[in-house]
Amino acid sequence: MHVGLQHYLAVSFLLFALGLFGVIIRRNVLVIYMCLELMLNAANLALVAFSRFNNNLDGQVFVFFTITVAAAEVAVGLALIVALYRKRQTAHVEDLTTMKN
Amino acid sequence: MASSDILFFVFTAFALICGIMILVSRNPVNSAMFLVLTIASLAGLFMLLEAFFLAAIQILVYAGAVMVLFLFVIMLLDLKAEERRRIKIFGLASGVIAVSAIAAIFFKCLKATPLDATRAPNFQAGTIELGQKLFSQYLLPFEIVSILLLVAMVGVILLSKKDLK
Repeated sequence: MHVGLQHYLAVSFLLFALGLFGVIIRRNVLVIYMCLELMLNAANLALVAFSRFNNNLDGQVFVFFTITVAAAEVAVGLALIVALYRKRQTAHVEDLTTMKN
Repeated sequence: MASSDILFFVFTAFALICGIMILVSRNPVNSAMFLVLTIASLAGLFMLLEAFFLAAIQILVYAGAVMVLFLFVIMLLDLKAEERRRIKIFGLASGVIAVSAIAAIFFKCLKATPLDATRAPNFQAGTIELGQKLFSQYLLPFEIVSILLLVAMVGVILLSKKDLK
């Protein structure tokens, strides 16, 4: 058996599904954020696999930009979580119900 | 089976097991450590795809900078291990539905697309080629990204001021 493009895509899909499942079922804001990072990484893997199997370097450049934007996004998101924690003293999404009523 | 194929399955199994452990561990610190391991095994997969520069960036930026930031925030917030709350049947059902919807789309696309792409044996994808592409064809996005990082930095400083207006 030879490892081809579809194997890499399957791994990427499985990691993305794990991340999505985590975002939906977990209750801790930080763990939800980690699962989001997992989804971003899964997309990166698909891009690199497509880039390698189509013999085209553009996908790798795209992943480079994705990683940069993800780093900026993590910094801003964590600052938001810290600000939220200062105001509400909680990191559970079930306790953050200001917009419910 | 070639040795690179064996390595592919080793890294895949490692990434998936660590990914599952992110979901099931109660303590956020454990989740963060398993995310580091997942990212490291993804860097291994990048190596197998001959994207060496991206593998290095993945380790340096993700496993280094980003995860240290995560761990700092976890320690700053002093989060206790989550008490065993009852998993809501509604949340679980919506998760299963969302994942199966994505799976349906994925398999439909995989079946509809001919995947006869093969690796060219002498594909030049080193750091030199990537750098040349980045600083000629993609120079404008590269500069825009630097502005984006500056904006993110200013935003983070503003957000973490004591009196948030």
